[in-house]
Amino acid sequence: MPSGRYIDPMSIWSYANPVKFLTLSARVQPVLWAAALLSIGIGLAWGFFGTPDDARQGSTVKIIYLHVPAALMAINAWFMMLVASLIWLIRRHHVSALAAKAAAPVGVVMTLIALVTGAIWGQPMWGTWWAWDPRLTSFLILFLFYLGYIALWEAVEDPDTAADLTSVLCLVGSVFAVLSRYAVQFWNQGLHQGTSVPVATGGRTVADVFFYPLVLCMVGFALLFVALVFTRTSTEIRLRRAAALRARAVREV
Amino acid sequence: MPELGKYAYEVMSAYAASLVLLSVLVLWTLGSSKRARETLAQAEKEAGRDG
Repeated sequence: MPSGRYIDPMSIWSYANPVKFLTLSARVQPVLWAAALLSIGIGLAWGFFGTPDDARQGSTVKIIYLHVPAALMAINAWFMMLVASLIWLIRRHHVSALAAKAAAPVGVVMTLIALVTGAIWGQPMWGTWWAWDPRLTSFLILFLFYLGYIALWEAVEDPDTAADLTSVLCLVGSVFAVLSRYAVQFWNQGLHQGTSVPVATGGRTVADVFFYPLVLCMVGFALLFVALVFTRTSTEIRLRRAAALRARAVREV
Repeated sequence: MPELGKYAYEVMSAYAASLVLLSVLVLWTLGSSKRARETLAQAEKEAGRDG
């Protein structure tokens, strides 16, 4: 008599089954990778070659096509990790814990790109590479949280304990992800300008000529994030399965 | 090549740094994926042979 809980095969929870997740992942990955590379390629080429200089910022405005999408995904990656961590803590689905683990290196690279391009952009515009501005500081703390999260996964041997501890760290770090997004609204004494494309209010500050290639780059970075997370989660599932098979073989000897 | 004026160094540095970081991330991800497939295939082969 089956003892397990019935899960509707059309339900999103059915993808908590590693085999079903791997099947879905193999099916969507080629499409995601192609769409991501195409969007980023066209978006960056359009922004770099096909847009004019800004009246005040000159050609440095072209950095927006990297800086804004990377910053957007740096914050969104943490929120995706938060949702996956909550699913792990509440429903104990291993795939969600592995998806959070898989997203962290992607998030850390996005945060690093946002910090580096921001510093390079800030030097000629503000006269400094760095300022202890609320947004910059909260982004730096977010970067350190990413490093701590990755280090914690590596430091704890038992995977379930590691998933528990990193999930709690993710909950705490979410404060800084929120601060990174809304720091300019909370404190207005910083150097950093307001959000270029505020989704909630719709009151964007970017002219159309820069806006359309920027949106394409943002879509491209989002697709790249999803493609990377699918690929990396599949990798984690395979490594977990291989470790389980080898542990079983050792027990049987 | 567009005329980048006095900020050419800054713009090119930002693009170079970002593209290098993104390339490293993508290549690392695809490399790990390939190695994990091989590791699992090997473990399944050993499990089949042993049991």
